[in-house]
Amino acid sequence: MTDAHWIPLDMLLAALLLGLGWASVATRDLKRGVALFIALGLLLAVTWARLRAPDLAMAEAAIGAGIAGALLLAALRDEDRAVLPDAPIGGPRLWLLNLFCIGLAGAVGWGLLDAMAGSDGIRLAEVAGDHIPDSGVSNPVTAVLLNFRAYDTLLELAVVLAAVLGVLSLGPARPGFERAGPVLGGLVRWLSPLLIVTAGYLLWVGAHAPGGAFQAGAMLAAAAVLLRLGGRADAGLPAPGALRWLLVAGIAVFLVVGLAVIAPDRAFLQYPQGWAGGLILLIEAAATLSIAVALALAYTGGRPPGWETAGRLSASPSRREGQ
Amino acid sequence: MEEVEMTTVSQALLLLSLALLLVTLLLGLVRALRGPSLEDRLMSVLLFGTGGVAMLLLMAVLLAMPALLDVALMLALLGAVAAAAMTRRETHDV
Amino acid sequence: MSEVLAIVLIAAGLLFFAAGSIGLLRLPDMHSRLHALTKADNLGLGLLAGGVALFAGSLAIALQLLLIWLLVLVASAASAHLISQHALRRGRGQ
Repeated sequence: MTDAHWIPLDMLLAALLLGLGWASVATRDLKRGVALFIALGLLLAVTWARLRAPDLAMAEAAIGAGIAGALLLAALRDEDRAVLPDAPIGGPRLWLLNLFCIGLAGAVGWGLLDAMAGSDGIRLAEVAGDHIPDSGVSNPVTAVLLNFRAYDTLLELAVVLAAVLGVLSLGPARPGFERAGPVLGGLVRWLSPLLIVTAGYLLWVGAHAPGGAFQAGAMLAAAAVLLRLGGRADAGLPAPGALRWLLVAGIAVFLVVGLAVIAPDRAFLQYPQGWAGGLILLIEAAATLSIAVALALAYTGGRPPGWETAGRLSASPSRREGQ
Repeated sequence: MEEVEMTTVSQALLLLSLALLLVTLLLGLVRALRGPSLEDRLMSVLLFGTGGVAMLLLMAVLLAMPALLDVALMLALLGAVAAAAMTRRETHDV
Repeated sequence: MSEVLAIVLIAAGLLFFAAGSIGLLRLPDMHSRLHALTKADNLGLGLLAGGVALFAGSLAIALQLLLIWLLVLVASAASAHLISQHALRRGRGQ
């Protein structure tokens, strides 16, 4: 069956995506916008699946639809009638903004047309594909993320950590929800173990099938979000002292592994032959925990109680405690 | 593992089913845009979740990618979390 | 001939999906729409999953599909309950 048969479906999918995207941004009612945004995330996951990219579909479903939706809703919590004000900017600034957006869209469109014209450049994908058997894993996405481009992933984890530091500096965590009723309580009791087990499965399977650290971390974070929605203000997270270690675990393990493999004939993060698979799994496990804790902390909105005093030698407040 | 034997007729029919599912989602979208209350929009999100799972199941067969079943599993799990998040946020927070 | 049965199941599932969406659009109030959505869509998904299982022809895949369907059932039931409770609490229900 050729791709030509898919064209009507693809057109419909594209139209629906565009319509949903526009609707979620164009609405004045912010709660409606968030609901549409979550629906858009789900549809995007289906689109990635259609494009034969299951790893992206998983990441989009977990992070785009699940975590981002929950974060947006948490941001709207305080407002009962969350509506955008009328035309916050006007006149010449609006025109400039419109021109800029049109220019941006034009640039992206030109790039798309150029790509579709099919210029043959150097395709790194082929070079990478040839080396996958040496990479220690058989899933090409994991091979690229954790081996060929491991340095990029290390920096991405640093970016996530920086974002969490930003959230932590906002203030104490927001108060939780009240105790859940029987239905929600039952749902939480049944679903959170399932989410955790699925996260472990995704971490393990990421070596040879779609999955990996980001998807597993997002599922764990979804479990934390669910626990918090069910009434546990700490979202099932451990004490702040352990939380600090977990937050840096991903980067720390990455760095330790990267430095430990340095030898006369090997560079930073150049795994030795035969060890790559195990080292990748180790790094991914630590990264999963870090990502999960980071997303969960972002959802709680700030520093958990006891954050400032955790890890100090004495529990009493010291002179320097001003925050 | 999932190299399914099927005729081109079946393939065409499955493709048609996918398109029809998408049209169904489009109908739900109308409710999401019109629906007077928040609950109506929440139901559209539910529809997208269930419909998305259905589409992923069909695509898993059509594209012979069993990994899409894992994606469907994730969508099913996350749909409940999304529904809880959307309804919970309105209750009186302590 | 299992292929024909599979197509029939998928078509039946699609029918229920369509019925659920039409109900979502046309029924008069929120609670009846919720009924149409959760019941029809989940049954449709079950039939569809059955058809896909027949196409795949392996027990492992069939069990995986059963798990997905059961999860969607539980999630939909809980979500429907949460949505209608939320509506009642805000005084919009009937």
